[in-house]
Amino acid sequence: MKPIRHLLAAIGLSFVLSPAHAGQVEVLHWWTSGGEAKAMGVLKEMMEEQGHTWKDFAVAGGGGEAAMTVLKTRAVSGNPPAAAQIKGHDIQEWAKLGFLTNLDDVAKEEKWDQVLPPIVSDIMKYEGHYVAVPVNVHRVNWLWVNPDVFKKVGVEVPHTWDEFFEVADKIKAAGIIPLAHGGQAWQDATVFEAVALAELGPKDYTAAFVNHDMDVLSGPKMVEALTKFHKIRDYIDPNAVGRDWNVATKMVINGDAAMQIMGDWAKGEFTAADKVAGKDYLCVPAPGTEDSFTFNIDSLAMFKLNNEANEKAQMDLARTILRPKFQTIFNKAKGSIPVRTDVDMASFDDCAKASMKAFKSTADTGGLVPSMAHGMATTSAIQGQIFDVITNFFNTKDADPEATAKQLASAVQSAL
Amino acid sequence: MAHSGVVSETASQPARGRLTQRLQQWLPKLALAPTAAMALVGIYGFMFWTGVLSFTGSTFLPSYEFVGFEQYAHLFSNARWATACANLAIFGLLFIFCCLVIGCFLAILLDQRIRNEGVIRTIYLYPLALSMIVTGTVWQWILNPSLGLEKLMHDWGWTSFKFDWLTNPDMVIYTIVIAAVWQASGFVMALFLAGLRGIDPAIINAARVDGASLPRIYLRIVLPAMRPVFFSSVMVLAHIAIKSFDLVMAMTSGGPGYASDLPAMFMYSFTFTRGQMGLGAASSIMMLAMLLALLVPYLYSELRGQRNG
Repeated sequence: MKPIRHLLAAIGLSFVLSPAHAGQVEVLHWWTSGGEAKAMGVLKEMMEEQGHTWKDFAVAGGGGEAAMTVLKTRAVSGNPPAAAQIKGHDIQEWAKLGFLTNLDDVAKEEKWDQVLPPIVSDIMKYEGHYVAVPVNVHRVNWLWVNPDVFKKVGVEVPHTWDEFFEVADKIKAAGIIPLAHGGQAWQDATVFEAVALAELGPKDYTAAFVNHDMDVLSGPKMVEALTKFHKIRDYIDPNAVGRDWNVATKMVINGDAAMQIMGDWAKGEFTAADKVAGKDYLCVPAPGTEDSFTFNIDSLAMFKLNNEANEKAQMDLARTILRPKFQTIFNKAKGSIPVRTDVDMASFDDCAKASMKAFKSTADTGGLVPSMAHGMATTSAIQGQIFDVITNFFNTKDADPEATAKQLASAVQSAL
Repeated sequence: MAHSGVVSETASQPARGRLTQRLQQWLPKLALAPTAAMALVGIYGFMFWTGVLSFTGSTFLPSYEFVGFEQYAHLFSNARWATACANLAIFGLLFIFCCLVIGCFLAILLDQRIRNEGVIRTIYLYPLALSMIVTGTVWQWILNPSLGLEKLMHDWGWTSFKFDWLTNPDMVIYTIVIAAVWQASGFVMALFLAGLRGIDPAIINAARVDGASLPRIYLRIVLPAMRPVFFSSVMVLAHIAIKSFDLVMAMTSGGPGYASDLPAMFMYSFTFTRGQMGLGAASSIMMLAMLLALLVPYLYSELRGQRNG
């Protein structure tokens, strides 16, 4: 009898001891490159410390296109993952269809409203309720500079577009490509966005790309922005067509090109090449956008689940993501900055520190604007229409800026 | 043992025979049923569903809010769709024409009873064994001005040589024709060669005896006899052209800008990446309509001709 009683006691005890809330979290993401994968490994460990099981659901490829296709199938068949990497306006779309869960309890407990800038938390909310958790903030309007090239040619880093064209002429005359660029629609849009922000200013930028004010979209400032944008064609090499952004970054690293306009994920390429920020490469705000910050925020949207233990695990995941510890580790690996404004930045590099400083100051001044090129400003339908007009304009030799501005307005109108 | 088995089988033969006969009647139908059901659902069912979706305001998941012909109106006012259709016309016509001419010419040359024919035939046929992705990537390297042909010529000293079609929005569609023709003309050659070999040598000999020259024999006797081969080649090439996706994706991904976009790529990007499923569905229905507009008259004339002949 005795051994059996012991056994029963042991079984009973094991029920008591095992964490009552142990659940499983399945996370769909496409953070699969070296540093990113390591960062996700940290999140996995932190979840396992809390007694949950982590089920990795990484779908690589196509900037998330493949992952979205899988997610749609899973969601429609009633078996969504706990969390999925969805960003910007798509969060609203998913929430509208009733797939996302309410995170208000965790948000209140963790005081998200106090630590996140309102412009960020608005994106994470649907009808006033949190449905997604922001993971990081990328600044898109960066100009990456190879200082050796500038020293060799004897010019200063440009701060306005007029200076940019002057400097670029000299660099071109010295036989170096002034601007490294990849001729893909989203890269064309990334550069255009920087020019448009400089010409329009944050207020009109928001009017054009967030609120779709037709007068601004086809107005004289937009024509001027398009004219400057088209001029950039003369300063990129003819072989840019179809080039990936990281190949363009390598051209800056090697000194084949002097500058690149790209978000701060480009830093990963510099770091991988053992370059040090502030010494081997410089990061300065894109010309004319010093007082603005174009943000691109990655986030995890949380889906409605039908298992209590898993729901508990999901809430713990939401909590963990915004804790300063994860924010620090993940963002150092990804090249971005924490989305919380109260994280200690001492261990970050110069570019990240500058980025955080600008993030905080522009949040107060109104210079913090969503990136159109990265799906933060508008729906994917309108974004696609803008991409088509912009990339076609940029690739046509004698395009007419005035006609294009009108075309831009009507393209946006057709997708409203 | 064997003997007794035969005896017992003979005894029960009438009953079993009927069963076997019935089974034989049903077996082909049974065997084909799953395929037929799959075709019915997988092809015609989804075709119908796509048709329904094209009249809805579906965004990134299907919805059934009917909006009438609005998606078609959007489609026809879309500049990118116009480019894609114009590109398909250029690409499709040139691709089919070049493949037929080159394939037919190669087949006639190979048909002259030359030595090592097997080896040469294999070489011409091999491109077909590659996937379009590989073909596209390789031709992208060859035609890329900074990597391929142009750089080679510059390195050899011919510095004025210029071949930048791949990066020129006005010419880029022709580079896709080049790659596709390279891939498919060997296949057309094989079809024609099979057709040529099927022609009775007696007819050609008779024509020779009558004093017909070789070009005349080919133009007047051989090629007209190849009508069915033309028919199958055009059928195969036309559907390769219309569904062409991977080749463009690998070579230019539609660029520069959207200068080398094709309807299949348009459909994919609107349906799956831009969350405009209604518009994507409308574009695929238009692709179906294009295909039918081309094929139905052709099929009709060919099949009727066959019945009469």
